[in-house]
Amino acid sequence: MREDFEQRTLVNRRSFVLFGLKGLLVAAVAGRLYEFQVVDAARYQRLSNDNRISIRLLPPRRGLIVDRFGKGLAVNRPTYQLIMTPEQTGDVETTLERIAALIDLDDGTVAKVLRKIGVQEGFIPVTVRQNLSWQEVARVEVNLPVLPGIVIETVPHRHYPFAGLVAHVSGYVGEVSQAELEGDKVLRFPGFRTGKTGIEKVYEQQLRGTPGTRQVEVNAVGRVIREIDRREDDPGSDIRLTIDMALQEFAVRRMENQTGSVVVLDALNGDVLTLASVPSFDPNVFNFGLTGDAWQALLNDPRSPLLNKPVAGQYPPASTFKMMVALAALEAGAVTPATTVHCPGSFTLGDRTFRCWRRWGHGEVNLIDALRESCDVYFYQVAHLIGVDRIAAMARRFGLGETTGIELTGERAGLVPSADWKRAVYGEPWYGGDTINVGIGQGDVLTTPLQLALMAARIANGRFRVTPRLVRHSTGAEVPEFAALDVDSEHLRVVRQGMGEVVNNADGGTAYKARIQDEGMEMAGKTGTSQVRRLRKEEREGRLSQEDVPWAERDHGLFVGYAPLDEPRYVGAAIVDHGGSGSGSAAPVVRDVLREAQRRQSIRWNTGDEPSDQAGGTA
Amino acid sequence: MVALSTHPLASGTRLIGDKLANMAWGLLFLLALVAGFGFLMLYSAAGGDWRPWALPQIMRFGAGVLLFLAIAVINIRHVHRWAYVIYAGALALLVAMEIPGVSGVGVQRWIQVTLGGMKFQFQPSELMKFAVVLALARYYHSLALNVARRWTSLPVPLFLILLPSVLVVRQPDLGTGLLMVAGGIALMFLAGVRKRWFIAGFSAVVGMAPVVWYALLPYQRERVLTFLNPNLDPLGAGYHIQQSKIALGSGAVWGKGLFNGTQSQLNFLPEKHTDFIFTMLAEELGLIGALGLILLYCFIVLYGVGVASRASSQFGRLLALGIVSTFFLYVFSNIAMVTGLIPVVGLPLPLVSFGGTAMVTLMMAFGLLASVHVHRDTEVPRHTTGRTFGA
Repeated sequence: MREDFEQRTLVNRRSFVLFGLKGLLVAAVAGRLYEFQVVDAARYQRLSNDNRISIRLLPPRRGLIVDRFGKGLAVNRPTYQLIMTPEQTGDVETTLERIAALIDLDDGTVAKVLRKIGVQEGFIPVTVRQNLSWQEVARVEVNLPVLPGIVIETVPHRHYPFAGLVAHVSGYVGEVSQAELEGDKVLRFPGFRTGKTGIEKVYEQQLRGTPGTRQVEVNAVGRVIREIDRREDDPGSDIRLTIDMALQEFAVRRMENQTGSVVVLDALNGDVLTLASVPSFDPNVFNFGLTGDAWQALLNDPRSPLLNKPVAGQYPPASTFKMMVALAALEAGAVTPATTVHCPGSFTLGDRTFRCWRRWGHGEVNLIDALRESCDVYFYQVAHLIGVDRIAAMARRFGLGETTGIELTGERAGLVPSADWKRAVYGEPWYGGDTINVGIGQGDVLTTPLQLALMAARIANGRFRVTPRLVRHSTGAEVPEFAALDVDSEHLRVVRQGMGEVVNNADGGTAYKARIQDEGMEMAGKTGTSQVRRLRKEEREGRLSQEDVPWAERDHGLFVGYAPLDEPRYVGAAIVDHGGSGSGSAAPVVRDVLREAQRRQSIRWNTGDEPSDQAGGTA
Repeated sequence: MVALSTHPLASGTRLIGDKLANMAWGLLFLLALVAGFGFLMLYSAAGGDWRPWALPQIMRFGAGVLLFLAIAVINIRHVHRWAYVIYAGALALLVAMEIPGVSGVGVQRWIQVTLGGMKFQFQPSELMKFAVVLALARYYHSLALNVARRWTSLPVPLFLILLPSVLVVRQPDLGTGLLMVAGGIALMFLAGVRKRWFIAGFSAVVGMAPVVWYALLPYQRERVLTFLNPNLDPLGAGYHIQQSKIALGSGAVWGKGLFNGTQSQLNFLPEKHTDFIFTMLAEELGLIGALGLILLYCFIVLYGVGVASRASSQFGRLLALGIVSTFFLYVFSNIAMVTGLIPVVGLPLPLVSFGGTAMVTLMMAFGLLASVHVHRDTEVPRHTTGRTFGA
């Protein structure tokens, strides 16, 4: 076993060398410890005693939300808040009492602060009150010597200069909720806000930015003596919307005292120029927390100010749906533009009678006549001929029955019924009578105002499935790549002609009174009046007018349109909730808004810049 | 050639009770003492609370002790036979980390294991560092000394070391990867590889430094730069080291006492329950406590050297020395890191830092060391192609 012996001695020798070296390493570490803990101990003890070098977080500046011309819709404004660091305060209760004597501080807030202090570590600052007035700031500042651990901090706060005018688009910010607290450290920063709805929520990550840090030296009671080092925050990115704030404001003001939605789209690129929901709410109020009463009032308001009606309100499209039925019928070859139908004022299927809105009928009508005068019987008959599935397939091509994918929360998909759908949901077969109702956009059909605008935009565009966009990315000017619409251009031309006659034909056009009279700005469109409930007998017989029924039971007025006639660019859709007929309520709104959109465009083209009323800071 | 005695001691087939009587109780006692230091510091780090760190740590140590005993009674011959299989298994786990979805996004060091409804996170690299030792010990056990000294015997062990190291560095975990290489090289040295190769290798590494620099990730480079000039990043790693030094120094000879380490308790010190736990110990227990712990670590290492010197097989010797050598490297690296001798590489302090995988795998490794001790008279066949019975 000579070899074994050799091997053993070699390993022993080498392990002696190796562990000897390691002994040197141990000596080095021990020497290092000796250096720190014995030689320099006094110096380090001093440093530790007034180790007041602490790192503070600098919350990032929240990105702005601006309109297409850079006008600020959500900006940052300085406000004052009172911060307490419990560890430095010591006697928290006494100090809070003193503060309550100086500024407005209710018991509920005090209890909330005490609860927070109970669960947090002492060195984490707690916000006692926000949004102090200048007088309150002064009173606290003067008394600071008897208020240990109290500081007044200037905090940029979110401000919405247009208050309720774009509240549903911008959304609002609020205090960070418990559920959000995981993750990003900056969320624990006192007074930090995150987006709760709208663009503020959808683009939270981009708007938030990343916090900076500040290395500061503080004295024994925690007051900052000097700043040692600072790493600036990385502000959140600004979000530029496609909204034209002036047009948005125009639309909201036009809807004053009414309830409903106005949407304006660019038919070429899908830019959402206006997305108005009326009535609205002031997003600034949410910033500091809403009182329970104010919140209840908003929730219980029958006009639902919190609901973003253009994307979350679902309405039967009524006669605005007739373009879909017409295109489906043309594509199916069931009718040609020349085919005529006799309208005696009603249509009978089996034992059911479906009435035309004009009790005495329209006589012989072709497709264009039927669109112009919104003849129901024509569409009853045509719908019955082609069946619901063809209509549904056409409606889907125009974006109905599915969410548009707009960059907002809470969007609803609407509903385009089909035989399969009814079987799946109700377990019942589809009846012929169901199709008749779908033919005039009633029955189970539901659409959002944005979907109606989108439908009109695709009709006006004619070639692509335009999709709406609220945010202008760096490639804002270009037209995004859309899928092909894949509808016969001749069919579309016929339907567009019908829509033109709705507005511009004095002889029977349902929206003739709402035409745009400026040369070259004329619009085309389609009215709709959607029933909120079954008609009463008296109404059918014309003995009861809309003014005599309660507001909540009146019909919704709808209108979709585009302008100018020849090269359509701007698309407008309005729904006036319980506004009565579409021709009387919604059509004039769309007329004024589309006229304003074109007027503003011509000013821009003539001056080479945005209209002068656009001037104004972004704050 | 292989001559196996029929003496029961030589084959290692003894009764469990007999083995337990011969158990390395002294080693277990030392381990418990060191772990006890850890429990105390974790208790203090939580401000005098067994949660959230001390209690889970104690339970893991308990599980570790059971594993230690279970492994210690395994015949060293079986350990030898399974060495390459264990290596291959650990390697497979490491490779699995490369497959997207197995580990989390970003730093891929963890594997989630669900056992009996409980979720465990498991770090394959912890297992790998001892698997490398096993594989190398087995490799050199099979070679006669004059063969081991030939240059033709270099590629296999180098491959065994570098393959897992590269995977670990890619995770990215530079610290563990480097220590794996260092531990492997130390074992090659012990096994008798000629000194000239170490000199050549060292020169090559110095020459390769610029290449490695470009292979490092930005945050790893930042750490090296920060080490060379702490003022570069006073808010990041430099801040940690600065605060760590203040904590150490202010602890002085006798320390500030448990729960009284202002640096640690007021959160000036980062990662006080994991990588910087030694700093906290030195702050609260002073130079005395720090040196006491280091001394305990040295005893454990010396215990391993003693076990190696009595082992009758080359496999047992190299295994014992490899384990304590790797263990030592970790202890040294962590303490050197928190005292600013080497860059902050994010390595835990063995047995003391809060962390499950490290604790359990370390106890398993010490179980192997105990097995070498228990089976010190057991002979291990050079070649395992077919069993050889008797002489």
